[in-house]
Amino acid sequence: MQRKLVVSSSPHLRNEGVSTRRLMLDVIIALLPTAVASVWFFGGAALNLLLVAVITAVAAEYFYQKLTKQKTTVSDLSAVVTGMLLAFNLPASAPWWIAAIGSVIAIVLVKQMFGGMGQNFMNPALIARTILMLSWASLMAANVLPHAGQWVAAAGADAVASATPLGENPASYSLWQLFSGNIPGMLGETCKLTLILGGIYLLVRGVIDWRIPAAFIGTAFVLFWIYYGTLYSVESGSANVLYQLLSGGLLLGAFFMATDYVTSPVSPWGRVIMGVGCASVLFVIRVYNPSYPEGCSFAILFMNVLTPLIDKLTVPKPFGYVKPAKPGKGA
Amino acid sequence: MSLFHVFPGGIHPREGINGKAVTCALPIEELPQPSRVAIPLLQHIGTPCKSLVVKGDKVKVGMMIGEPVGFVSAAVHSSVSGTVVDVQPCILANGLQQPCVIIDNDFKDTWVELTPVAEPDKLDGKAISQLARNAGLVGLGGATFPHAVKYSLPPDKKVDTLILNGAECEPYLSADHRLMLAYAREIVTGAQTLQHALKIERVLVGIEDNKPDAIEAMTKACENDPTFTVTAMPTHYPQGGEKQLVYSLTGRTVKSGGLPLDSGVIVINVGSSHALYRAVYEGRPVVDRVVTVSGCVKKPANYLVRIGTPVEWLLETSGGLLPQARTLLYGGPMMGMAINREDIPITKGCSGITALEKSSALENESNCIRCGRCSSVCPMCLVPSVLDKLMRKGMYDEAERQGVMNCIECGACTWSCPAKRQLTQSCRTSKKVITERRRAEAARQKAEEARRAAAVAVQEEAK
Repeated sequence: MQRKLVVSSSPHLRNEGVSTRRLMLDVIIALLPTAVASVWFFGGAALNLLLVAVITAVAAEYFYQKLTKQKTTVSDLSAVVTGMLLAFNLPASAPWWIAAIGSVIAIVLVKQMFGGMGQNFMNPALIARTILMLSWASLMAANVLPHAGQWVAAAGADAVASATPLGENPASYSLWQLFSGNIPGMLGETCKLTLILGGIYLLVRGVIDWRIPAAFIGTAFVLFWIYYGTLYSVESGSANVLYQLLSGGLLLGAFFMATDYVTSPVSPWGRVIMGVGCASVLFVIRVYNPSYPEGCSFAILFMNVLTPLIDKLTVPKPFGYVKPAKPGKGA
Repeated sequence: MSLFHVFPGGIHPREGINGKAVTCALPIEELPQPSRVAIPLLQHIGTPCKSLVVKGDKVKVGMMIGEPVGFVSAAVHSSVSGTVVDVQPCILANGLQQPCVIIDNDFKDTWVELTPVAEPDKLDGKAISQLARNAGLVGLGGATFPHAVKYSLPPDKKVDTLILNGAECEPYLSADHRLMLAYAREIVTGAQTLQHALKIERVLVGIEDNKPDAIEAMTKACENDPTFTVTAMPTHYPQGGEKQLVYSLTGRTVKSGGLPLDSGVIVINVGSSHALYRAVYEGRPVVDRVVTVSGCVKKPANYLVRIGTPVEWLLETSGGLLPQARTLLYGGPMMGMAINREDIPITKGCSGITALEKSSALENESNCIRCGRCSSVCPMCLVPSVLDKLMRKGMYDEAERQGVMNCIECGACTWSCPAKRQLTQSCRTSKKVITERRRAEAARQKAEEARRAAAVAVQEEAK
């Protein structure tokens, strides 16, 4: 017989529509509107940071894998996603090298050193953001006013610090400002409109599970409502539910960071716990520690660390599961 | 109309519709007999048969050539008339050697005298079980479980439901579909015979809704019997999995490690019901079956094939493989076995020969990204990604604790994995290792008991 037939284990069909690369591409597509919005509000500086972060992330992954003689996996596009998310966590005023250092931290220290794709136990972009914040607190302060539609800020405007929506003496912004993103903040967290659009895209494409964002936003809603008692009023300033939901990194976190496959639980109930946990930690940080304005990163990182435990506690019961007659019965 | 239940997980492969479209309109045609057949003495789960023939023996069609040995066994019959060339090991689809009776066909097609059951209505459980054993009846859906065992109900078990499995959820295959169209009446009669013999209250027929003509034919065939219900089930792989089917139609969950019997249900494939009909009303043992030949072949078809016919002969009749065929499957693409030689004989459990252009083995796997797709599609609610890691680390005990033995190897996890990991294979490996360990442990315990008994005996003697 001349023909060579391939023998492999069943099943012999694969879902062609699904691959790691395709999933990452979907995340990139979902992040693009927010990237465009950040460039609209923060001009060339935002584009610079995005490019530097993405290019450094991809390069860091490529060279690290070459250096350690591993198969290069940059074509799975996950480094692009990490780069974009990192840039989204930087203020427009940050110098380009902050983005570069952040990307290297995210890719090399957090992702590759723990075994690469799928092996890191915390969100790479969030760890990078945290390290940058602790190392260059002043450079990481998100107090640059947006300058919608202008490529460069008006002369001297970069230096003008303005009050952020959250923090000890929060400035009050209108709901529309918060929603459209016309507020100071990190590049990717200001425009809620595009974040929600991106989130919906991911949900529709089946890339992310609805449980994490729903539990996250839902729990935050309930907790802030119980605490503040008002859904929204102009007089209450930042002390109301909608203001809290629309400021800071909450939506970016709920749709794009907490849903990171690698660092969130696999089981359906685990994902609910993830969302509830993230919102609860965020609530505690925002309400009880006003000197630290942004709780989202820490909330997600905290739940990242708990993920293996959550997974362990929420292993689904097999179909037709029967409780062992004698628990711990030996051989 | 019974309430329909949706089992957890499952997938909807595109090939389930497109692949079936290739052959589902093609009526069953009788495949010309090959000049030589190789009939394995083990075509069922259980103990191999004892050969009743030797080299040089003349055989007729339907003659018993393999005698069942032990409880879990079913007879094997000659599928052609002619001369036994040899009884020798041949390689089967699973890559293992099994003794086969090789028969040269004289093309006279002389049958043994067939004696139908005189009074089918008077068959009781014991009689029908004996009949199934002698007629070589096994699960023709692919599991090849001897039906004699299926029909032997323990006295403490109450069975109230007989399920006829016409789901045929495996992509590309349409053998059962065509069988239901051609022999609806016979399938129903076969089921009725079993129903009366085992005193089962109702019969549920489950057919996926991508076969409306089969649903119509079956509904028509049983319209006079109020104990029959035909249900159109959503097309949802693996709808035809035994536990999934039982749940879909009755809402009962088959317990881990248990049989449908424990839930008061017996499931048989429509093909098996047809074979039972023939055994009872025609006295005809299992010597042929319907096989779908599909995929990358010149002329896809549904053939009525004599058992023991080499795959080669089916492909030849179908005009041969197309040049782009890369994988040849014994069965369908989700659960079938890839074979690399064409001289493998068709056995009772083979419902299709599928040739595919693609080969999943050539896809490189990458790291698990923990997306959870495998877990969400698993019809048994397992977490294949974790089971895969446990297998790779050799942590079989933990895999067992997490329920790997429940895996039905449907392949839904591997199908949906974006990292293209061989998750099903990992589960299969774990199951094999654990089964072997259990066996070894049982043997060790037995030896231990024997040793103790001997020691006690020695002590007694000393006294």
